[in-house]
Amino acid sequence: MSADLTDLGIAAIRDGVAAGTFSAREVATAFNAAVEQGRPLNAWLVETPELALAAADTADAARVSGDLKPLSGVPLGIKDLFATKGVETTAASSILKGFVPEYESTVSGKLFAAGAGMLGKLNLDQFAMGSSNETSAFGNVISPWKRNDGGNASLAPGGSSGGSSSAVSARMAPGATGTDTGGSIRQPAAFTGISGIKPTYGRCSRWGVVAFASSLDQAGPMARDVRDCAIMLEAMSGFDAKDATSLDIPVPAWEKGLSGDLKGKKVGVPKEYRVDNMPPEIEALWQQGIDFVKDAGAEIVEVSLPHTKYALPTYYIIAPAEASSNLARYDGVRYGLRDLPDGANLQQMYAATRAEGFGAEVKRRIMIGTYVLSAGFYDAYFTQAQKVRSLIVRDFEQAFAQCDVLLTPTAPSAAFGLGEKSDDPIAMYLNDVFTVPSSLAGLPAMSVPGGLDGQGLPLGLQIIGRPLDEQGVLNAALAIEERAGFTARPKVWW
Amino acid sequence: MSVDLATVRKIAGLARIAMNDAEAEALVPELNKILGMVEQLGEVDTSGVEPLAAVIPNHLRLRDDVVTHDATGGGIRDAVLKNAPQAEHGFFAVPKVIE
Repeated sequence: MSADLTDLGIAAIRDGVAAGTFSAREVATAFNAAVEQGRPLNAWLVETPELALAAADTADAARVSGDLKPLSGVPLGIKDLFATKGVETTAASSILKGFVPEYESTVSGKLFAAGAGMLGKLNLDQFAMGSSNETSAFGNVISPWKRNDGGNASLAPGGSSGGSSSAVSARMAPGATGTDTGGSIRQPAAFTGISGIKPTYGRCSRWGVVAFASSLDQAGPMARDVRDCAIMLEAMSGFDAKDATSLDIPVPAWEKGLSGDLKGKKVGVPKEYRVDNMPPEIEALWQQGIDFVKDAGAEIVEVSLPHTKYALPTYYIIAPAEASSNLARYDGVRYGLRDLPDGANLQQMYAATRAEGFGAEVKRRIMIGTYVLSAGFYDAYFTQAQKVRSLIVRDFEQAFAQCDVLLTPTAPSAAFGLGEKSDDPIAMYLNDVFTVPSSLAGLPAMSVPGGLDGQGLPLGLQIIGRPLDEQGVLNAALAIEERAGFTARPKVWW
Repeated sequence: MSVDLATVRKIAGLARIAMNDAEAEALVPELNKILGMVEQLGEVDTSGVEPLAAVIPNHLRLRDDVVTHDATGGGIRDAVLKNAPQAEHGFFAVPKVIE
């Protein structure tokens, strides 16, 4: 029985627990065992089987008393960027090793209040900076997927939410939280054959989420299908007075509103996303996606987003600038690591602590950010980037005057091997070429599995929507999901 | 614009990151490669364009000027100090700053 239970997604668990088909304790027990068995994937930084069981017992009692909540009986993985009260939270960094928050992030708190349990804390790129999960201070996460070429190369699960994607894909969790700054939910979802949505900036509270780039960071769900994402997103979203950028608007009933019928809808295809050297398989996948949404009744419109090529350079000014400012708080005084060399003064303590506690990619981004914000360069770099960002936002506004959602590939390739790109930061950054523009514009965007490449690896399609139109995004993604018939899953080798 | 070793050292100082010679030297070409990529933005005509201030229109809220009794409020000194590497007498402790 237990092996079957880990095949179930969020909706199936919720419904099964409510109907009494199985108990929440059985579900939690099955996933706890899967987490233990999956240790070779290095997806989890902290395992909390006892918390999953405690929430399950509460759910089982709630069923008896008729007090079930939207996520009663659903155990989840929580990306280790979310502060969890009483459970170590490190953002996969050495500088936060041993940090046990005295508070709960709003998003994880909402999920638990909705009845969910926690299986553990998920590994990620250090401070969410990376696209492959090779920057964690606690070792790389390994994708459960393998190429079908007979080789045994370890593949990247994507990043930064790579522990989340690996865990959901490997059936160690029915769903997990992710965060997306430039594509950190969508690219790992695409690499591992699962679904994930970054909602409109401001939908999910950032309070208690370790900050990377505050004008971009947004939490979202990662799960096996579109419905499960809708259910989880409903529980995660909502106004929070503790986050000044939180939107004070009601949360729609996204699950109830799901419909894969796109009749009367216009789907835009941005011509600038046909980048140089795009692999033919990605071209073919995109065309397949176009055929799917047409079949669902949508009309295809070619649109132009002329500033697309400037999105990555804009991102690699704004995100490091905000990161250099946000990460100034790690000074060895209030929490985290302190490195105090003999006879060091306060300034030397700061510098030694930060040298010791931050990984290479984090230092690189802090250095870039410090440079572009420094006197003499601020206007040339940062102000110019914020102006180009305005133009990127305007491009999307003009496109959405002609269509309801946009359809693009999620990433320019399938998952690459661990180590294949880690020596070249620019090659790594290019992986986010399709996800970064919508992040800069704060738009809701989702990745949904579209098919497999020649090596048997998953490829994702991305839907980008108007501000606050998560429903339109979910529905277009559902139309693709219904037609793609994606049932591939990694073979268990761990 | 490109950075040299002296600039990297200066930035490391501003960023409060201790760095040995080898680390600083390795960063020179890496930062220049990234700066080379972002240089492209110079070719965009942004005359008359306002820098983006907020990605989704939202107004800044003010809260009542009272002590809140949650994790953002007062009365939780022990919780605030709990993760400090060194705390003494209810304060964060740091190396001596006054001789």
